[in-house]
Amino acid sequence: MDKLADISKTTAVKAKPASSKGDRIFDIVNVTLLSIVVLVCLIPFIHILAISLSSARPIMSGEVSLFPVEWTVEAYVKVFSDMSMIRSLGFTVMLTVIFTILCMAMTIAAGYPLSKSNLKGRGFFMVLIIITMFFSGGIIPEYILVRNLHLLDTMWALILPGLISPFYLIIMISFFRNIPESLEEAAEIDGSSHFYTLWRIILPLSLPVIATLSLFYAVGRWNGFMDTLMYINSPELYPLQLKLYQLIQNNMASELMRNEVVGSAQMMPESLKAASVIFATLPILIVYPWLQRYFVSGVMLGAVKG
Amino acid sequence: MRMSTYLRRYWQLYFLLILPIAYFLTFKYGPMYGIQIAFKDFNFFQGINDSEWIGWDAFREVFQNQDFYKTLRNTLMLNFLDLLVSFPAPLLLAIMLYEVKAVWFKKLSQTILYIPHFISWVIIGGIVYQVFGTQSGFVNNMWMALGFQPIPFLTDPNYWLVTYLLTGVWQSAGWGTILYLAALTGINKELYEAADMDGAGRLKRIWHITLPGLKTTIITLLIINLGNMVTIGFERPFVIGNVAVQDYSDVLSTFVYRIGLESGQYTLATVVGLFQAVVGLIFVLGANYASKKSTGEGIL
Repeated sequence: MDKLADISKTTAVKAKPASSKGDRIFDIVNVTLLSIVVLVCLIPFIHILAISLSSARPIMSGEVSLFPVEWTVEAYVKVFSDMSMIRSLGFTVMLTVIFTILCMAMTIAAGYPLSKSNLKGRGFFMVLIIITMFFSGGIIPEYILVRNLHLLDTMWALILPGLISPFYLIIMISFFRNIPESLEEAAEIDGSSHFYTLWRIILPLSLPVIATLSLFYAVGRWNGFMDTLMYINSPELYPLQLKLYQLIQNNMASELMRNEVVGSAQMMPESLKAASVIFATLPILIVYPWLQRYFVSGVMLGAVKG
Repeated sequence: MRMSTYLRRYWQLYFLLILPIAYFLTFKYGPMYGIQIAFKDFNFFQGINDSEWIGWDAFREVFQNQDFYKTLRNTLMLNFLDLLVSFPAPLLLAIMLYEVKAVWFKKLSQTILYIPHFISWVIIGGIVYQVFGTQSGFVNNMWMALGFQPIPFLTDPNYWLVTYLLTGVWQSAGWGTILYLAALTGINKELYEAADMDGAGRLKRIWHITLPGLKTTIITLLIINLGNMVTIGFERPFVIGNVAVQDYSDVLSTFVYRIGLESGQYTLATVVGLFQAVVGLIFVLGANYASKKSTGEGIL
């Protein structure tokens, strides 16, 4: 898996010692174009960062592009002293942690038995699961179910419906299947139970896939928005995304209003919006570089068919 | 092996499966059971079972609804334009990355290009307004500095399409390179050496070795995309769209949300959802068939 994980190492085309002139021109053009693409990818973030650190006057007059004008951290002070924002962050962290742990427990519990080809009834269970990858009841029946289970406006509405992703389960199963059977057989001869084998032998060997799938579940929950919009009403249960969505609506309102009413007193300062966006993005940006190889390996695992 | 012996040895495996299977039955098959409300005059007091059967009435109503056709058209249009714009981008980018010789530059580029994939649509929405806003957006600030009139990227339907598509490319192009780069590791390096011997230039090598090496991946991804033509995510059009551009931004998923959860017309919304699920399934199965025909391998 590590081999798959680090494709960047393996794909460099070997440079010939004496490269021709055409070769060099190609390289220069290629690297220049690629640099532009990378910059374009970054510029929106840099701009938002610059806005969040600038004063109101230069923002309104359109002076701020990529560097802060008239530096101030006022917007951040406001964001961090907004208790509802801090509480929302805390709630989102808790939600994501609980969700990820439960998802992994369920995915492992399902994946281990289903990785055994001699399990009676395996074919039936697999069909049961695979059908759900291609057909679903749709959001209205899902909403009715959640409401009938009295989960509306509780954090469980954001956890229970998404406990197992069939796609990730298939990845889990195919990983388990690649663990040499001889290891398990040795344990079985020793008379250990399946629970013990799973806990002591299989799981320690599966740390890479566990890390990868945990990340996918966690990012999915952190970024998830539609279900929060559908199921949550109480402001104290607003995850970060829902909280942020209100800011964007505010943005849109001001965008649409400008034609009629100019400079409404209700409008939020641009820098505050920008600081909020940075505030919600930062956790992902901080963990991302360290975990990048797991993310990439997850895609590769997913591409190898189960 | 006798059944009792078998169970004594393997009961733990079935024990592990209890909760997961219960999950699938409740949260995946439960909603499928609920699909019957497409044929019922559903309300919450009577519940799914006791609501009155109305046959195909709701389907008739949906198929006479102008908004339904508008959202269906928009779904197909946005997906099709996305395919035109967002599909070639990762391929080009992957080839460019593959040709980079300096490993550090390549790694750095990859790290940065993957980032947008991990940003939620809500946050991207926030960024889009700051960048494309008409009066104080980043792009228009520079545009106006050059002496031009501001461009209504968010409020004019045609410009909004551009915004929608560019945002999609920005979000997905980098991440999309991974599968291509993986496929490229499978190309025999000797082919490139042989091409060098023959004095082939870089573009020639790309054309005659790299691209053919990616053919299977390209076809498979294209077919998967075609299979998902009627399926559209909710968050991207919902967050970036707005009232002013509703004629283009209103798609099946936002339509279902609006009539179902905002207006409480559960039956009608379920019908639209069912339509989307069934047509989507047909498309995917069709795509799988096409993939088997053209690459000898299914995508399922």
